[in-house]
Amino acid sequence: MGYFTVPKLSSRMWKVWSRNKSVFMKTWRVNFFPPFLEPLLYLFALGFGLGSYIEVIEGMSYPRFIAPALIAIAIMNSAFFECTYGSYVRMYYQKTFDAMIATPLSIEEVIAGELLWGATRSLIYATIMLPVIAAFGLIELPLALLIIPFAFIAGFLFAAIGMCFTAITPNINALNYPAFLFITPMFLFSGTFFPLELLPQPVQYVALAALPLTHVVGITRSLTLAAPSGFFMLHIIWILVVSLVLFVLAVNLMRRRLIV
Amino acid sequence: MIVAEDLRKQYDEFVAVDTVSFTVEEGEIFGFLGPNGAGKTTTMKMIQCVSPKTSGTLTVFGMDVTTHPREIKQLLGVVPQENNLDPDFTVFENLLVYSQYFDLPRAPVETTIAELLDFVQLREKQDKPIEQLSGGMKRRLILARALINAPRLLILDEPTIGLDPQARHLIWDKIKALKAQGITVVLTTHYMDEAARLCDRLVIMDFGRILVDGKPDALVREYIGTDIVDAEHNPRVIACLNRTGAKYDVWGDTVRVYTAHPQDVIAALLNDCGLGTITARAATLEDVFLKLTGKKLRE
Ligand SMILES: Nc1ncnc2c1ncn2[C@@H]1O[C@H](COP(=O)(O)OP(=O)(O)OP(=O)(O)O)[C@@H](O)[C@H]1O
Ligand SMILES: [Mg+2]
Repeated sequence: MGYFTVPKLSSRMWKVWSRNKSVFMKTWRVNFFPPFLEPLLYLFALGFGLGSYIEVIEGMSYPRFIAPALIAIAIMNSAFFECTYGSYVRMYYQKTFDAMIATPLSIEEVIAGELLWGATRSLIYATIMLPVIAAFGLIELPLALLIIPFAFIAGFLFAAIGMCFTAITPNINALNYPAFLFITPMFLFSGTFFPLELLPQPVQYVALAALPLTHVVGITRSLTLAAPSGFFMLHIIWILVVSLVLFVLAVNLMRRRLIV
Repeated sequence: MIVAEDLRKQYDEFVAVDTVSFTVEEGEIFGFLGPNGAGKTTTMKMIQCVSPKTSGTLTVFGMDVTTHPREIKQLLGVVPQENNLDPDFTVFENLLVYSQYFDLPRAPVETTIAELLDFVQLREKQDKPIEQLSGGMKRRLILARALINAPRLLILDEPTIGLDPQARHLIWDKIKALKAQGITVVLTTHYMDEAARLCDRLVIMDFGRILVDGKPDALVREYIGTDIVDAEHNPRVIACLNRTGAKYDVWGDTVRVYTAHPQDVIAALLNDCGLGTITARAATLEDVFLKLTGKKLRE
């Protein structure tokens, strides 16, 4: 079977999602704390600290500029790290996937369930962050609430990216490579803390083509400012298409790794 | 229940299971014996539909493993060689979460779980995290987990690995009780006494092939005879045995004489050759195993 065989799935994949949700809820206090604290730290350090030297950026205050980026970054991190380190631990150390595929669940459903859970984590994080950021008056309500469903879609994208790396990593330490070589640059150069337009033109194109976060920031910023960018639909289409392709790829790579 | 014909499994170039055929009948306990790396686990995984076969045919409950994995797995209970309980949950939650993978209705399953925990004597531990269980308790919990979907066929890959005699006896009792309920059991083991005690029929595998199959006592009679006389290994014994024409093998510092008439052999060794340290005993499955699979340690 190839790398792009479309997986057959049933609603049983939600059982896998449900298992991960149960584990998450067991320690919900610890899990709900970071998305609450993180925006505060960034807003004080960068928004109100560093940002006090910046009068206006793109016609707005600096905290207002970075607020949607903070949400986008949280969406990225929560799904990506869940489906890399989290999934790898479940797959390799805990043998959870082995136990699951001995039941009527198929490996395709196990991976799909993991990705759905990664996306759900992004949704939860975004949902907790929104009121914190809204308390500073940095986002336009109610339009910004659309970020909640959007977080699931964008989270799914990063979950699929993470799962592809998990499927090919030789060991857990090697997952540091995508984390540092892909996630960190994305964190900095995706129109997050300064406008993409400041980058040289060719670099901008590279960012748009290869850094998914640029598209996600494009959407969250349109929503928090209630000012849709001209590229809104383009961002959405990019995210949907790439998510679907990487989802299929992740499932196939994982099947190749685990079904021998 | 299970029919395998010319079943093969190849990992890249390496042939792990080499053209084996066997049939497991409904209601019996069927054993797979064999040295490390013989291909037992690989065979179990093909039956469980988690490892695809390379060639040959394999049907379970009359269904093809390649085309009906979900239907087969729904009716199967599995104790894997390697423990894979979910460390993120307690004992009770492990069974509950696992039952959800089978899509079992929540309310009745809680009663089932309580019964299963009683069955494997882990009821008091039900709220303990997995890491607090001993090896034997983990094995019993995995057995309970394998029973959650009321399977018709149980696959037990070394169910008593690393257990103390008490825990092994407990597991044996449970396996017999399950057989009495009409459940078919396929097991692998390295314990010959376990196989002799439990299995109605068994096969001995080596290097991916099935060497022999049959009932344990029939195999012993066919390959060894009824009795064994162990004597000290030295040139005089060998000379003496050669003179009498007895069948024997050398195992380290003992000579193992296969016979149906131990008194005669003992008399011959004592009287004609004047030797000490001789023990006579009944032949066992272990003698068959060692005779067939040889002395070499598998890497
Ligand atoms: N995933 C794999 N890839 C490559 N080779 C494998 C794989 N799994 C097993 N093997 C090889 O296949 C052979 C049979 O392994 P298997 O696990 O079936 O043996 P076994 O009879 O269960 O042994 P043991 O008694 O040690 O459990 C071994 O030589 C093993 O190294
Ligand atoms: Mg094995």
